[in-house]
Amino acid sequence: MNQSLRVSASPHVRDARSTTKVMLDVIIALVPAGVVGVVAFGMQALVLILAAVAACLLTELICQKAVKRTVTISDLSAVVTGILIAYNMPHTAEWWQVVIVSAFSIAVCKQLFGGIGCNFVNPALIARVVAQISWPMSVSTFYLDGVSGATPLTVMKGGAMPEQSILDMFLGTNMPGCIGEISALALLVGGVYLVVRGVIKINTPVAYVATVAVFVAIYGACTGRDVLNYTLAQVLGGGLMLGAIFMATDYVTAPMTGKGQIIFGVGCGLLTSVIRLFGGYPEGVSYSILIMNIVTPLIDKWTAPRIYGTVKEVKQNG
Amino acid sequence: MKALTFKGGVHPLHKLHEGKPLAQNAALKEYAAATVVLPMSQHIGAPCTPCVEVGDEVLMGQVVGTPGGFVSAPIHASVSGKVVAVEPRPHLSGKDVMAVVIENDFRDALDPSVKPKGTVDSLSAEEIRQIILDAGIVGMGGAAFPTHVKYALKPDQKADYLILNGAECEPYLTSDHRTMIETPERVVEGARLLLKASGAPVCKIGIENNKPDAIKAIREAAKPYKDIEVVELMTKYPQGGEKQLIKAVTGREVPRGGLPIAAGCIVSNVSTAAATADAVLKGLPLVKRAVTVTGAVNTPCNLVLRFGTSYEDAINQAGGFKGDPKKVISGGPMMGFAVNRLDIPVTKGTSGLTVFSAAEDVETKESNCIRCGRCVSVCPIGLQPFKLDAASRKKDVEVLKQCDVMSCINCGCCTYVCPAKRNLAQNIALGKGVYTQATKKK
Repeated sequence: MNQSLRVSASPHVRDARSTTKVMLDVIIALVPAGVVGVVAFGMQALVLILAAVAACLLTELICQKAVKRTVTISDLSAVVTGILIAYNMPHTAEWWQVVIVSAFSIAVCKQLFGGIGCNFVNPALIARVVAQISWPMSVSTFYLDGVSGATPLTVMKGGAMPEQSILDMFLGTNMPGCIGEISALALLVGGVYLVVRGVIKINTPVAYVATVAVFVAIYGACTGRDVLNYTLAQVLGGGLMLGAIFMATDYVTAPMTGKGQIIFGVGCGLLTSVIRLFGGYPEGVSYSILIMNIVTPLIDKWTAPRIYGTVKEVKQNG
Repeated sequence: MKALTFKGGVHPLHKLHEGKPLAQNAALKEYAAATVVLPMSQHIGAPCTPCVEVGDEVLMGQVVGTPGGFVSAPIHASVSGKVVAVEPRPHLSGKDVMAVVIENDFRDALDPSVKPKGTVDSLSAEEIRQIILDAGIVGMGGAAFPTHVKYALKPDQKADYLILNGAECEPYLTSDHRTMIETPERVVEGARLLLKASGAPVCKIGIENNKPDAIKAIREAAKPYKDIEVVELMTKYPQGGEKQLIKAVTGREVPRGGLPIAAGCIVSNVSTAAATADAVLKGLPLVKRAVTVTGAVNTPCNLVLRFGTSYEDAINQAGGFKGDPKKVISGGPMMGFAVNRLDIPVTKGTSGLTVFSAAEDVETKESNCIRCGRCVSVCPIGLQPFKLDAASRKKDVEVLKQCDVMSCINCGCCTYVCPAKRNLAQNIALGKGVYTQATKKK
């Protein structure tokens, strides 16, 4: 017997992709939106991003140490959660608010359920919702250059059209809003990167955005608005891009199959449109995705692939 | 024509040596070892019983092990010489298995039974099947299922297709490839014989399109025969899996739990066909096969080895280890068995030996499933490996049943792609055991 030879089960080769590399790709994809946010809102935005990331990492470390689990902060998933939490906050939020919701999100939403892969709802969105419930004013009031400004969605909720141009909304210039959501272009760049790298499929983002666009266009036409501008403003002027590209595509809490992802995207789109147009909030992305997260196991069950050889009639003379 | 394929699968070769198998261009080379160890179990089914004794002089091609049942195949002396031992010896299975050990006299003196048996036209299907049985031919793609059993159809069974597997989808291995380009006439003659034995109207030879030279050579050799067609397959693992091959070539699926014949197909390897041609046209029973010795060896090559050659002798023929070996795999990197000793003999199912150095053998650590769905998208059977993995670990028989654990072909695509580096295929294989045990009890 040769002791130096290692024996293990097949296969003996592995693809290079790892959880850490996937998370790193997501972080890279999030960079453009962060840069736009810091440029638009200043260093306070960067402080919040760093505070959220640090709080997430530290909470994960403490939780895992406390229950003597393997520490897995090096998989970078907590970094992604931290960045997304900060991106969903206005730059005027207090750093301690961000730290509290980050800690809550990692401890309660992720680690209590067993850590990465075990949470059933998106931790970053839970953080967003906790903040909204805890400090409704400070996280839904937006300032730009020191002046309080309404987001395009809030303006449209009031029945008017936003003062920003569609181009502003696309580029993220002259836009009040959450740190990471203002530039559709920056988010799209990140999205394209993720698709090219094979990290996400386009199914969910396209289904989500298209559903909102169609629903809003029909609503706009029925209520006698400028359909094109109204639709574009709805699509570009809020958190839809950030949600559709980065939150609705979360592996853990969204369906696995292509078909399932389309159903998921359409569901998110319908809920978002209904909340925005008929609900009490101007924005509905967070709640829509969270609700669809809960439906995910069901969608996965419906869209499970057909198993080879399970078709009863085999053509004998084909 | 567009290359045919199946749903799912992976491209492991792209990650290895820029997609080119190391031994691809090394011509087949004959080698006979000084001592051969012939285990009495070289196939799926009942082991053989030794029919020679220590001290006997044996001739190449002489029967040294008689079949232990219908699903079995005789074993022949792969060299001429003297029987020096009949005793249990190390075997790929990990257990010692009864073996006949022959000291080679390097005369290759043939047994009188080794003489041409006839031609496709002069022999009946029944006679061809008998020759296949007598020659000890088994499936040479790796599973080593006795070939004569596969072709012995029940009265209610009918073959619409004979499919020859020349996909050789296992990365690194090139023995079938070399066999096809160096001796295409053996493959095609074998195809004609197997076609007659099967009673099927048409034979399709499936070859992956990364082997254009093999496609050309076989097409050329098959030109005179209208009932033999070469089918170009997409290069993708596991294209050579029986079920995937049938799907790609015929569009049919083997019903769950059934054999290929349930879909009107019989599948054999191209090397099995070549061995059949030798058995009928030359009368030579199965005593040797093409084996790729590759990876971290000094001269990756394709050897025609007598059965019973030790892995050590085979690796020495490839110039020995290049650096310190970390892993020696019987077969290829996707489905091969890692071994921890080199005195195991090459047998009828040994298609290759792959050596990994410490740099190539990446040890991985499992982490939580992140539900990325990659295992689901690559599974060529349409299973949900992540779910089966979890159920296997929990021994949850209900979920194992629901998710159809027994349909898994253990191709390893799921483990290959898993970013959390979970040993999915390994656990699912264990889950099959759990399920079988649980259902047996009832």
